Amino acid sequence: MASPTSDGAPGWIGARLKRKEDERFLYAAGRYVADVRLPGLKDVAFVRSDVAHGRLLGVTKPEGADVFTLADLGPLNDLVAGPEIAEFRTSLYPPLAGDKVRFVGQPVAAVIAATRAEAEDIAAEVLVETEELGAVTDAVAALAPDAPRLHEAWADNAFIAAPVIAGDQDALAAAPVVVRRRLKMNRQATVSLEGRGVVAHYDRRYGELIVHLSTQGAHVMRRGLAEVLGLAENRIRVIAPDVGGGFGGKNRLTPEEIAVCAMALKTGQPLRWIEDRREHLIASLHAREHTYEIALHAEADGTIIGMSGDVYIDAGAYALWPTGAFMEASMAARNLTGPYKARALNLQTYTVATNKAPMGPYRGVARPGACFAIERMVDELAAELGMDPIEIRRRNLITEADLPMRTVGGLSLDTGHYPAALDMACEMIGVDKVRARQKAGEADGRVIGLGIAVYTEQSGHGTSEWMKRKARVVPGHESANVRMHPDGTVDIAVGIQNHGQGLETTLSQIAATELGLHPDAINVRYGDTATTPFGFGTFASRSIVFSGGAVAKGCREVAAKARRIGAALLQVSADDVRIEAGEIVGPAGSVSLAEVARAATLRPEFLPEGEDALLETTVSYEPADSAGVFSYGAHAVVVAVEPLTGAVDLLDYVVAEDCGTVINPLIVDGQIVGGVAQGIGTALYEEIPFDPELGQPLATTFGDYMVPCASEIPDIRIGHLVTPARVTEYGVKGMGEGGAIAPPAAVGNALADAFRQSRAQFLETPFTPRRVSDAVAAADGEGAR
Amino acid sequence: MRPAPFAFARPDGLADALSRLGADDDAMPIAGGQSLLVLLGLRLAGAETLVDVTRIPELCGAREADGAVVFGAATTHAMIEDGKVPDPSRGLMRRVAGRIAYRAVRNRGTIGGSLALSDPAADWCPVLIALGATYDIVSAGGARQVAAEDFADGAYSTVLEPGELIRSITVPVLQEGTRWGHAKHARKTGAFAESIAVVVKRPDGVRAALGATGSHAVLLPSVAEAVASGGDVAAAARADIAMADPDADAYRARCHLATILNAAREVCA
Ligand SMILES: Cc1cc2nc3c(=O)[nH]c(=O)nc-3n(C[C@H](O)[C@H](O)[C@H](O)COP(=O)(O)OP(=O)(O)OC[C@H]3O[C@@H](n4cnc5c(N)ncnc54)[C@H](O)[C@@H]3O)c2cc1C
Repeated sequence: MASPTSDGAPGWIGARLKRKEDERFLYAAGRYVADVRLPGLKDVAFVRSDVAHGRLLGVTKPEGADVFTLADLGPLNDLVAGPEIAEFRTSLYPPLAGDKVRFVGQPVAAVIAATRAEAEDIAAEVLVETEELGAVTDAVAALAPDAPRLHEAWADNAFIAAPVIAGDQDALAAAPVVVRRRLKMNRQATVSLEGRGVVAHYDRRYGELIVHLSTQGAHVMRRGLAEVLGLAENRIRVIAPDVGGGFGGKNRLTPEEIAVCAMALKTGQPLRWIEDRREHLIASLHAREHTYEIALHAEADGTIIGMSGDVYIDAGAYALWPTGAFMEASMAARNLTGPYKARALNLQTYTVATNKAPMGPYRGVARPGACFAIERMVDELAAELGMDPIEIRRRNLITEADLPMRTVGGLSLDTGHYPAALDMACEMIGVDKVRARQKAGEADGRVIGLGIAVYTEQSGHGTSEWMKRKARVVPGHESANVRMHPDGTVDIAVGIQNHGQGLETTLSQIAATELGLHPDAINVRYGDTATTPFGFGTFASRSIVFSGGAVAKGCREVAAKARRIGAALLQVSADDVRIEAGEIVGPAGSVSLAEVARAATLRPEFLPEGEDALLETTVSYEPADSAGVFSYGAHAVVVAVEPLTGAVDLLDYVVAEDCGTVINPLIVDGQIVGGVAQGIGTALYEEIPFDPELGQPLATTFGDYMVPCASEIPDIRIGHLVTPARVTEYGVKGMGEGGAIAPPAAVGNALADAFRQSRAQFLETPFTPRRVSDAVAAADGEGAR
Repeated sequence: MRPAPFAFARPDGLADALSRLGADDDAMPIAGGQSLLVLLGLRLAGAETLVDVTRIPELCGAREADGAVVFGAATTHAMIEDGKVPDPSRGLMRRVAGRIAYRAVRNRGTIGGSLALSDPAADWCPVLIALGATYDIVSAGGARQVAAEDFADGAYSTVLEPGELIRSITVPVLQEGTRWGHAKHARKTGAFAESIAVVVKRPDGVRAALGATGSHAVLLPSVAEAVASGGDVAAAARADIAMADPDADAYRARCHLATILNAAREVCA
C-alpha cells in the first residue's frame, strides 16, 4: 500500500500500522490530569445551583471553611463569548454565579480541602439562598413574549435569530408536493471516558501559572485563560497530558476550569478539580438539542426542490468561550439539503437561551440533527409519493458530474461519487434479502425494517469558512515544528491534540514518508504550550488535513536541507540525491541521515558553504482552498423491533464511505466504528430530559442516562471508496465525525420502514423503547390508556 | 459523589453482626455494596457504621437440603450465574443471574442484598416468588421464615425490621417435568427492567409473577390459571396487570403484557 512521496520513494501513506499510542493505554500507563501529583495538592469541590432559574440572594460559608464565591475570585476580566456578530446577544458566563443562577448545576461556590471527600462534605454545608424564578425548558416556548427572561437586558430569550434564505424561492412556493413534519433531536451529554479535569499551580521558576487541563486545544485555552485572568500569555503554560476523549466537549473553556485557576493564583496552592460523572451529566456542556418545524418541497416525481421552515437550537443558559453554540444553527440550516440537488432554502433559525447547561460542540456538530431532518424527510416524502426510499435518493443525489458545486446552503462540495456510496451500502446490506425476510415475517413476532441515510461531512475548512461563521477564533492554519536530532531521529511538535484520533501514528507515517525514515524514528509531541508551536487543536475533523499538511510541509523542508548537506558530503549535486530508508542516496554511494544530522548539529565544520546549522523548521499550513473538503458516506441498517415493548435490536449495520486518501486504514475504520457507536447512542439511548416546570435534569447518573455498550453495538461492516481531495496533501479529507452523523437518520428510517403499513411516526430521538412502543400504538389507533 | 464518613466493621460471626446491628440504630448491613455504595455516594442514604455481612459463614455459599437448595444471603449473582452453587431451578436462576446488570456488578452483588433493597425492578424478587422460595430472617432476638411473596410490601420497602438480617433463601428443587419461562424488558443490556415476567409450570400447578411494577413483585393468579388450563393468556394478563401494577401507564402495561406473553410462550413451547 505504498504511495510515492515528494521524492518519488515508497512511503507509509496507507499502511495498516498499529497505533503507537495504544501500548501505554493497554498497559494502563497513560497519564491523565487526575494522575498529576504535586506536593501540597488540594482538592476542589463545587457548590452547584439546585434551582434552574433564580436570583442569587446569598451564600453562607461554614465557619472556618475555605470557600470561594465570585467576589473572592476577582478581579477577573469579562470573557466575551459567541460569534462576532452585532445581533448576537452576549451573556457573560461568570466562573461562579453572580446575581443569578440559570441552570441546575451552575457553579455557585468552590470549596478547597485536603481531599475531595472533605471538600464535598464542606460543600454540602454551604447555604445557597435563591429566589426562584420561572424555568424556561423548551426552546420554542422560550420565545413566547411572556416567557420568563433568562437575561433581563434581552428583548426575548434568543441569542440570535437569523434567516437562511437562498435559491429559487418561486420554485419553493410553487412546489406541487409539500411534506411538513416536526422533528426533534433531544439533548445529550458528550460522555468522554475521562471527564473534564484541571490541576493548576503557580510556579515561581518562570513566574507562571501551570495548568494541566483535559482539553482539545491547549493554546486556545491559554488564550482564554489569559484574557479572563488578566495574565500575559507567556505567564501561563497549559499542558494537556493524555486526554481520554473530548468529542468537542473539551473545546470550550468552562467556568470550573477558570475558577480553579483563579483560586490557585489567589491561594498560591496547587489545586485540583476532577469532574465526576454526575457533574459531567448535569453541568458539562450538553449537545444536540434541535427542533425542526420544516417542510420538504418537491415535484410530483420526487425531485426535491428545497426546504422551508424553522430551526430551533436549544443552546442552554450561556455561550461558552470562544464561540458558544452559535454554529449549530447555521450549520444545521446550511446542511438541510443534504447531499441532494436542492434548489432553494427558506429557513428561520433561532438559537435560544434556556435554563439548561450551555450547549457545545459534539462529534458531528449540528449535522447529526440536519442529517436526521433531511433524511427522515426524504423517507417521508417517498412514503407520501409511494416511492422507494432508495430510488428517491438516486433521483436526487448530487453526482460526480455535478462536482465541484456550491450547494444552495453555500457549502462547496469538492470531490466524490455519492451515488456509488449509496449503491455500495445497498449492496453490502443486501436489500433484496432484507425485503424477502420482511415478507416472510419473524417467528418471534418482531418486525424488520431497513433504513438508509446519506451524508456529507465538511472537514479541513479554514480561514474563509470560519470567517463566514464570524468565529471569534479563526482556525485557519496549523503548525508543526520538525527537529532532527544529531542521531537522525526526529521530534515533531504540533499544535493539535491527540485525544483518541491516533495522530501520533498517522503524523509519524506522514513524517516517515517525507523523511525516508521508519515511523518508529519519529516522535510526535503535542499538548503543551511551552513545547509546541501555536495551534488551534483537534476538532472539526481538521487535524489530518491541517496538521498532516503542516508535518508534510515541515518535513519536506528538512528533507530538502538534508539532501543538500548529504549531497555536499557525497560531493555530488543536490539534484542527484534522494532520501530513502534513512540514507541520502547519490549516484555512487550514500550517507546516512544520522551522519547528515551530526554535521548539521555537532560538527558544523562539515556543513557546505553558506548552509546554516540545524535540521529544524517551524511551518504553518493551510490547504489551498479553505472552504473545506467533504467526506461522505451512506449508512444502512436493519432493525428488528418488538412492537409491544418498542425494543430495537440492530441486526446489521453497514457504512460505505469516502474520506479521500487514507493514511492508515485501521485508524479510519476505528474512527468510523467509534462514531457510529456514538451515533447509535443518539439514535436509541442517550438523552437528558428535564422536568418541564422545574427545569431539573432527569438523567444525572448512568442509572438513567443510557449509553450504548458493547452489547448494543452490532458488528459494523465498512466499505471504502477513495476519491482524493484536490487541495490537500496526499488528497486526504477529515473523517473523525462522519460516523456519528448518519445513525439517527438511518435508524429512524429503518423504524419507519418497519411500520410503513401503519405509517407510525418516528420523528424524535432517541428512539427509546417507550417512544417506539407509543408510536406503534398510536398508529394502530390505540391511544394512551 | 463521595460518601460521608462512616465506620466499617467486618464481623466473622453472625452473633457479632446481629448484636452490632441490634445495638446501633445508625448501623447498616452491607453485602456487595453495589446498591448501597451508590446510595451513600449520592448521599441518598447515610449510615454511621457499615457492618459487612459477606464473611459470616451462615450467609455464604449454598447447600442442598430436603428437596431444596438453601442459598446464603451473601451468595453473589456471579456464583449463581457460573453454576458454582447448586441450582434447584433447572437453569432459571442461572439465566436470571447472568442478565443482572454487568459482570462487574454481578461479581459483588448478592442475592440477599438485592432482596433487602427491594428495588421494584430487581430481578430476583419475581423469580423467587414464582419459585415459591422462603426467606430465613434473623435478629439478635431469634429467627422467622417469610414466604417470598410476603417479603416486600412496597418500593424499597420490606418486612425487615431494624436489626434483622436475611440469613438465607430456601428454594424448592423443581421436579422432573417442570418448565419455566422468563422474559425481561429493559432500556438496554444491564439496565434495570421495565418489566419482568416469570412463569413456572410444575406438574402440580403453575406460579406466575411480575416484577418491575410501580411497587413490588407480585403473583399473577389469572395468568397462572390460564397457563395451567390452556386459556387466553393475553386476557388473563390484562386482568392481572391491572391489579399488579394499577398505576402503570399505557407503555408500561404493554411492556408487562409483552413479557408475560413471552414468558408464557417459553413455558408452553
Ligand atoms: C450499574 C448497576 C446495574 C444494576 N442492574 C441491576 C439489574 O438489572 N437487576 C437487579 O436486580 N439489580 C441490579 N443492580 C443491583 C445489584 O443487583 C445489587 O447488587 C443488588 O441490588 C444489591 O446487592 P448488594 O449485595 O450489592 O447489596 P448492598 O448494596 O450491599 O446492600 C443493599 C441493601 O441491602 C441491605 N442488605 C445487604 N445484605 C443484607 C442482608 N443479608 N440482610 C439484610 N439486609 C441486607 C443493605 O443494608 C442495603 O440496604 C444493579 C446495580 C448496579 C450498580
